[in-house]
Amino acid sequence: MLLIRCPWCGDRDEIEFKYGGQAHLAYPADPEALSDPEWADFLFMRDNPKGEWSERWMHAAGCRRWFNAVRDTATHRMIATYRMGEGPPA
Amino acid sequence: MSGRRIDGAGSWLDRSLPLAFSFDGREIPAFAGDTVAGALLASGERGGFVSPIVGRPRGVYAAGVEEPNAFVEISTPWFEPIRPATMVNVVDGLAVHARAGVGVLPATPVEPRPARHVHRHVETLVIGGGASGRAAATIAEGRVLVVEEQPVVMDPPPNAVTLTSTTATGIYDDGYVLCYQRVGGLDVFHHVRAERVVLAAGAHERPLAFAGNDRPGVMLASAARAYFERYGVLVGERIVVFSTNHGGHDAAEALASAGAEVVVVDPATQPGPATERLRAAGVEVRLNARVVATDGDAALTGVTVSAADGQRTTLPADVLAVSGGWNPATQLARSLGVGLRYDEGKTCFVHDGSGPEWLTVVGRAAGNVPASFALWVVDDGDDRDKYVELQRDQTVADVAEAVAGGLTDAEHVKRATYIGTTIDQGRTSGVLTAEIVNRLLGWAPGAQGPTNARPPYTPVPFSALAGPDSGPILLDPIRVTPMDAWHDVHGAVYETVGQWKRPRYFPRGDEDMDAAVARETRALRTGVAVLDASTLGKIDVRGPDAGVFLDQMYTNRMSNVKVGSIRYGFMLGLDGMVFDDGVAMRIADDHYVCTTTTGGAAAVMDRFEEWLQTEWTDLRVYCTSVTEQWAVVAVGGPRARDVVQAAGTDADLSHDAVPFMTFRDATVAGVPARICRISFTGELSYELHVSPWHAQHVWDAVMAAGEPFGITPYGTEAMHVLRAEKGYVIVGQETDGTQTPDDLGMSWIVNTAKGDFVGKRSLVRSDMLREDRKQLVGVLTDDPARVLVEGTQLIADATIPEPPAHMLGWVTSSYRSEALGRSIALAVVEAGRGRVGAEIHAVVGETTVPCRVADPVFYDPEGTRRDG
Repeated sequence: MLLIRCPWCGDRDEIEFKYGGQAHLAYPADPEALSDPEWADFLFMRDNPKGEWSERWMHAAGCRRWFNAVRDTATHRMIATYRMGEGPPA
Repeated sequence: MSGRRIDGAGSWLDRSLPLAFSFDGREIPAFAGDTVAGALLASGERGGFVSPIVGRPRGVYAAGVEEPNAFVEISTPWFEPIRPATMVNVVDGLAVHARAGVGVLPATPVEPRPARHVHRHVETLVIGGGASGRAAATIAEGRVLVVEEQPVVMDPPPNAVTLTSTTATGIYDDGYVLCYQRVGGLDVFHHVRAERVVLAAGAHERPLAFAGNDRPGVMLASAARAYFERYGVLVGERIVVFSTNHGGHDAAEALASAGAEVVVVDPATQPGPATERLRAAGVEVRLNARVVATDGDAALTGVTVSAADGQRTTLPADVLAVSGGWNPATQLARSLGVGLRYDEGKTCFVHDGSGPEWLTVVGRAAGNVPASFALWVVDDGDDRDKYVELQRDQTVADVAEAVAGGLTDAEHVKRATYIGTTIDQGRTSGVLTAEIVNRLLGWAPGAQGPTNARPPYTPVPFSALAGPDSGPILLDPIRVTPMDAWHDVHGAVYETVGQWKRPRYFPRGDEDMDAAVARETRALRTGVAVLDASTLGKIDVRGPDAGVFLDQMYTNRMSNVKVGSIRYGFMLGLDGMVFDDGVAMRIADDHYVCTTTTGGAAAVMDRFEEWLQTEWTDLRVYCTSVTEQWAVVAVGGPRARDVVQAAGTDADLSHDAVPFMTFRDATVAGVPARICRISFTGELSYELHVSPWHAQHVWDAVMAAGEPFGITPYGTEAMHVLRAEKGYVIVGQETDGTQTPDDLGMSWIVNTAKGDFVGKRSLVRSDMLREDRKQLVGVLTDDPARVLVEGTQLIADATIPEPPAHMLGWVTSSYRSEALGRSIALAVVEAGRGRVGAEIHAVVGETTVPCRVADPVFYDPEGTRRDG
């Protein structure tokens, strides 16, 4: 079970969290301006890297806040967590 | 076997505490600290153990969790279907029965061992209380926990908490380790989070494959030694030790010192340091020799040894102790994905150093094991007599058959032979099998290693995993409404909706469900009836941007709903599919209460929060779940207004004062109530939203006021029938995540003029505009008495075509309607709206039932009844 550092509550067990998929996917400013393939790309297509990637979590059994994380998908190591609106730590 | 106790020996025994236990009805003497296996050996008892597959006689083989032969059921003082006899400590009153590798559950349920769960947070967790583990613990800082699967740790480190009879069953990410502790009749499950984990789990001795190696009296050399050193039991008088390494040689020396006559059979060609030491101690050592056969009936009487020149000698023996090398116990690390490499000198697989930085492997588990002569299988003799996996009765010949069948991977051979799928999880058989496969394929030793290891490390009872989280309250919480006691007293038959218990119907006398539902729906359509609708999800949405936000979440516009008014809306997924439905009541300019489906409340709340926190972070909106802060008494029917009036209210209930889809905050029966004109039945209806503290009072007042009108409580089944008569959909019943509002014939609910909302863009994807999408329609059977089963498939023709038959759709709701005097059904049907009036056929078994497609609104299509 992962140990996840909620940016608001600190280190907590993974069971307290809800997973939210890939991070930093901005909702298009004008969805109507997108073609069907462009909209489908936003809607369905996600990265699937081996190694570092950014993802969203929500502290469901705690403060119920969403935040972002960088995790290594090969080792499961949580490299960083940071608040919504912040960029990943350098 | 002629085991006996040696005076003064046995460091784990307390000889001042003699005990006895019952084994298959016979009384066996023991001492405190004994295991069942040790006490049997001390009494010279073979135990009558047999193998599970072919029933061959077997004896105690090991002294720990790797035991493959000797299993017992514990019947007193608690029940456990199966445990290795080597891991059952003798306690007062213990009664056990031999089991052939398979547990049997009693016909009547028994109480499981009670179980507790404990959470522990430490800087260092050491798995294994042997010398390496204790050394690691001693130098560790902070909180240190040592767990040891055996009941004894010699010289526990003073700076550590040491738990004995405690097995680490799995190591997971970030230093999370589950530990299973047995404290007499109690199971304790420790959830340990450690900053650093030290794996010091030791090593397991490996047997050798030779003819007759499963005969009772053959055991691991380390076990023979452990029985002497721990329990003071000398397992035999004449012991042959077949050993490839100095670990086995050391065991021989210990057994000789205990008084046994010992002969060492060593395949090595040259004498090693141990050879001279053993010979000096009076132990005969036969070099360049192998055991090729064993003699005896149910128990060992002799061992046939072949010398280098092929000459055979049969030695009298009652025990054959075997040591074919040592396998570091890396299972717990391997389940994390840690790698292994083959060590040629030690003939075993050792940790390759990989793995998370918080994990350290030390001692024998890290590969600090004796060098070993490379021998796995003795060539002489019939391969069908050389057992590889005792618990599955699998031999070298069985492995060869799997390989001959084309299998080359140890994982595949495992699944073909079931080797390693046993209670001991292949501790004695795994590496041996992999090496036999390598050999059969002409590969070098170590070309492939043993099959992967997964938690749990040793079997764990489900009752221990469940711990206190059992029983109806903790396993899955039950939610009830404030009026639940009333429902119960009044004979409600319940159904489960999510975690909620809701009355399904209220039978009178010996009514069945159909009769009760007919009566309840008739009461609502002709008089007055009342439903407990408290389970509706409710979310309080506040803030200056609440209206703007809800415009994004719902398909229709919520920002222009007038204060005091109510609007029904759909929520869509980003993919345009209906996600949930409900109403938004505008309490003030910056304040709404939104209702959701009973099952969707948490998901809707989560979605609101997700959008607010991650996308529209500039919106000033705050959401609060108020599902349980508002109880709902829904009074419906032509006499609903009379009943609420009679219950006593300061509100003007006339249609002009409270029109449809509006609410008034007032009092009912002397307590504050929000009176909402909402109808899920098509009849005049008042939903009374009240504090849960007042809910029973209001319910009672409504029941009393309604008595002259014949008020009838109704349940969810009648509610389903009533709304289906009106063609109202239930999200999750008419929808399955593939329906758009238009598919449901509800494009009126989508406001495309208001700007963007979640799911809007998806509604104009090419696939959404296809004309053959499944659409919601009514389906009427030609035979009005026929009620279709929900889920029934619909086809175009009366005869079922050859498969693959083209299915037009399926029935989503189906009931007998009292109001219409016939059956009704809702269905989703390909281009269904264009088929209204056409015939369609329902597939029932091998035949079809003729039906007609209809408009989904069966009752009062003009909507004249909702205003009373």
